[in-house]
Amino acid sequence: MKIDKNTINKIARLSRIKLDDKESEDYIKDLNSILDWVEQLNEVNTENVEPLSNISSSILPTREDVSSDSNSSDEILENAPDKLEGFFAVPKVVE
Amino acid sequence: MSKSSLKETLKDLDTKKISIRELNQDYLKRIKEKDNLNVFIHFSEENVLKQIDNLEKDNTIKKLKGIPIAIKDLFCTKSMPTTAASKILENFNPTYESFVTQKLLDEGSIFVGKTNLDEFAMGSATNTSFFGNTINPLSKENEPLAPGGSSGGSAAAVAADLCLGATGTDTGGSIRQPASFCGVVGIKPTYGLCSRWGIAAFASSLDQAGIFSHNVEDSSILLQSIAGFDQRDSTSAKVDIPNYFENLDDDLNGKTVGIPKEYSIDGTPMEISQIWEDAIKVLEKKGVKIKNISLPHTKYALPTYYIIAPAEASSNLARYDGVKYGFRSDEIDSLDEMYENTRAQGFGREVKRRILIGTYVLSAGYYDAYYLKAQKVRKLIADDFNKAFKECDFIVTPTAPSAAFPLNEKQNDPIKMYLNDVFTVPASLAGLPGISIPFGKDKNNLPLGIQILGKHFDEQQVFNAAVSLERSYE
Repeated sequence: MKIDKNTINKIARLSRIKLDDKESEDYIKDLNSILDWVEQLNEVNTENVEPLSNISSSILPTREDVSSDSNSSDEILENAPDKLEGFFAVPKVVE
Repeated sequence: MSKSSLKETLKDLDTKKISIRELNQDYLKRIKEKDNLNVFIHFSEENVLKQIDNLEKDNTIKKLKGIPIAIKDLFCTKSMPTTAASKILENFNPTYESFVTQKLLDEGSIFVGKTNLDEFAMGSATNTSFFGNTINPLSKENEPLAPGGSSGGSAAAVAADLCLGATGTDTGGSIRQPASFCGVVGIKPTYGLCSRWGIAAFASSLDQAGIFSHNVEDSSILLQSIAGFDQRDSTSAKVDIPNYFENLDDDLNGKTVGIPKEYSIDGTPMEISQIWEDAIKVLEKKGVKIKNISLPHTKYALPTYYIIAPAEASSNLARYDGVKYGFRSDEIDSLDEMYENTRAQGFGREVKRRILIGTYVLSAGYYDAYYLKAQKVRKLIADDFNKAFKECDFIVTPTAPSAAFPLNEKQNDPIKMYLNDVFTVPASLAGLPGISIPFGKDKNNLPLGIQILGKHFDEQQVFNAAVSLERSYE
């Protein structure tokens, strides 16, 4: 078994998702079965194969190096759950 | 076929046989009648009427003026909320318009509503939505069927004739599979053809926008409208967009079709093998050369996809933190608590599963074994297609391994659900254009789809083969 209780807690923490005990158990089961299933990739010989990260067959164009300022901080803040004086507001970080 | 096509409707509007208002009143009436299908996450009659008012005052000539279009609720729209079918974006009102929807607005189309989908496009049955299942309009009384997914709402909207076309997104089959399940046409163009600006990101090396429609001609008209270069999407391609519709040519004489032997998989229902054979026979009669090809790494496409897509999703969905937009939990004693509770309460089960698996395969010590390995296999899969396309002009396969299944089937076994995408995922990994067209029915009279794949940016060939098959079937 690749994923145990410790591992799932660690991944959940890295993902910033709180899991209760029941959920942890379910995900341990799900993730192990998915990881067992993807294990079949080890049958494939990938020696000297370049990893493919960008499938785009055209050359990616670059834009001109000029700044664009849409001056839209009000718009950007419009959907914020909490804001204060033109900033996003979050719970206090430093005591 | 009682459903009017986009092409015919444009003619009727042009000759004033029908007005924009009459046309859209008709669609509004049907949308309200079909409320039980749960096709839309957001629908507002008032909003549609306002769009009609505005267009009536507008004297300019526009290509899609007055045409009712449904928008998958993954595209940001200024005039309507955008949820990605997630609680975490329940109250999100975009302050900007996606590239694709802006193009459709510029051409004068009317947005009838935002369609349901699997949460963040993660699913194959439109059953992971925070807003409930969508029901396939082809369901019989008391036997609700899934519309496929993730773009199930858009496929159902076209199938139930609630619009003349709909937008979708396809990461591993999310346009083609629901098109097959609902008996409509669905095209996923080449990766990079349509800008993803303003589409909630799922797996960025795979995501692509596309179109659902009643037929291939309509598909060719609408795809041209949403394609094009956009500097705000760094993967957007600078290619000329042909007039697909004007160039449609159903004469395939002298072309070569590739038939990949690896797509004959154990357990595929007879009926699906049968329609595949039928399609090949039709093509042969049209003078198309049949070429048996091999795509040897096909069986590894699904496991490759289910490493790459969750890995990219775990990164993309990190932005939903309860700070900038969307839902924030009430339990926020500290910043970390706020993140963890917001995401625990805001995301559904399948989304969390994929974030967790993605985080695992990217984490220190596992990156090479999973993510890098998957990217290497992906290269082999893409090379398979490159080799195959040296010998053929297009490839024909079934779209999905089954017809529409009952609504709540397959919910508990993620891998079983993932297998739905077995025929669609390989082309996604290779970034190729693919279309699904209805081609035959199963014993329960449910539609089955045929998939046509083409070379990069060769949408025209895909449309030509599709229209040729479609015309021979009607």
